[in-house]
Amino acid sequence: MILASVELIGVFRWLYGLLVELGLEEPWLSVVIYGLLSVTIFGVLCLIALFLVWWERKIAGHMQQRFGPMRNGWHGWYQTVMDALKLLQKEDIRVDTRDRAVFFWAPVICFVAAFLAYIVIPFGDGLIVADLNIGILYVIAITTFTVISLLMAGWGSNNKYALLGGMRSAAQVVSYEVPMVASILTVIVFSGSLSMVDISNSQQGNFIFNWFIFRPPFGIIAFLTYITAATAEANRTPFDIPEAEQELVAGYNIEYSGMKFAMFFLAEFVNMFTVSAIATTLFLGGWHGPLLPSWLWFIIKTLAIVLLLMIFRWTFPRLRVDQLMEFAWKFLVPLTFANLILAGWMKYAGWYW
Amino acid sequence: MLEYLAIIIFIVAGIGIVLFTFCFSRLIRPANPYPEKTINYECAEIPQGHSWIQFNNRFYIFGLIFVIFDVEAVFLFPWAVAFGQLGLYALIEMVIFITILFYGIYYAWRKGALQWV
Repeated sequence: MILASVELIGVFRWLYGLLVELGLEEPWLSVVIYGLLSVTIFGVLCLIALFLVWWERKIAGHMQQRFGPMRNGWHGWYQTVMDALKLLQKEDIRVDTRDRAVFFWAPVICFVAAFLAYIVIPFGDGLIVADLNIGILYVIAITTFTVISLLMAGWGSNNKYALLGGMRSAAQVVSYEVPMVASILTVIVFSGSLSMVDISNSQQGNFIFNWFIFRPPFGIIAFLTYITAATAEANRTPFDIPEAEQELVAGYNIEYSGMKFAMFFLAEFVNMFTVSAIATTLFLGGWHGPLLPSWLWFIIKTLAIVLLLMIFRWTFPRLRVDQLMEFAWKFLVPLTFANLILAGWMKYAGWYW
Repeated sequence: MLEYLAIIIFIVAGIGIVLFTFCFSRLIRPANPYPEKTINYECAEIPQGHSWIQFNNRFYIFGLIFVIFDVEAVFLFPWAVAFGQLGLYALIEMVIFITILFYGIYYAWRKGALQWV
């Protein structure tokens, strides 16, 4: 049963057979396999985050008529590896007026919340840790824990900038949760399932025109509102008031250094990849596509959306707090709910193929 | 149901990995705290007082509206999943439900609750 979820990875198939031969019984078999999978996913996520940080710096550089990192290797390809090693050796400077427990656990929770979403993200045909039947609902529930960690970081630091950043981020993420859920619900109306694998499979076939983004107009509107809300959820510019450098210096992570800061940073980029992966699964057909292997399709689509988010970052100016909240509640929420109802009506009328 | 074991294992493994990196970095990093270093960062000024004070974070109204919408999402998820089988009746019901909800948003809007300042 587990094997079905990871059948494409030969190593895990071999290991499963070995463990069965050793006479391991079912709950412990799952424990071992899932434990190994969690370490594998952690490694993959670290690689993804290192690549994304480098890529973001290169894109920022090239969009501003400069080169970005160039010193370490070809076009600075191992710059971020060096940064990670440096952060590992950095002294952990801790404020003496901090709230000890809250300050310590905030980066842990931030990272674990970002990490847990990868249980249900299908990287390819069969490349999924566990195909939970509540898939997308689980992702929404888990990624919201990031808010708690940002609030904890803001409160635990006992720093005014950090506290303001944490409060702002809580208000923002909570507000943009509503339009994000509504645009995801549009897809669920189309597909009739919460499982990520089923959602991907229902977009199969017909070259690429079965993707939910190609269901005009409501699929496209849902995609655009999802991308907007996801940008805000991942705390990216133009919605990055929680860490607005010019006002709050660095926002909630101002008092963090060394590995604790690295965990926040890692979680931020992992979150960006998560929202892109979800957009891929929900709107762009997941791993389905002609010719190329499934995992390659998934990576290409996800990186295309990441590229979009990066171009957003270096194109748009930052919104003010009040503009941000008004945009969420007075524009996105009515739009997404109207879109949901009309999409339901279209589906009922049978106007989609 | 065994698939849900993955969640517990990933929680444990995630916390374990993070704590491991903290411990590993503790082995190789310097530790030399002194009072000037452990003071709060406030752009090189000496911080005036705690930040744990009462302040108007203008946030609780948004929190309240969010709770309403989140509870609504709990009803919407099963509706969206089963919509294919339920048909027109469910659609009309959900239109009525969302209309009532949006009357609430309209009320909050008119009262100025969606105004951040």
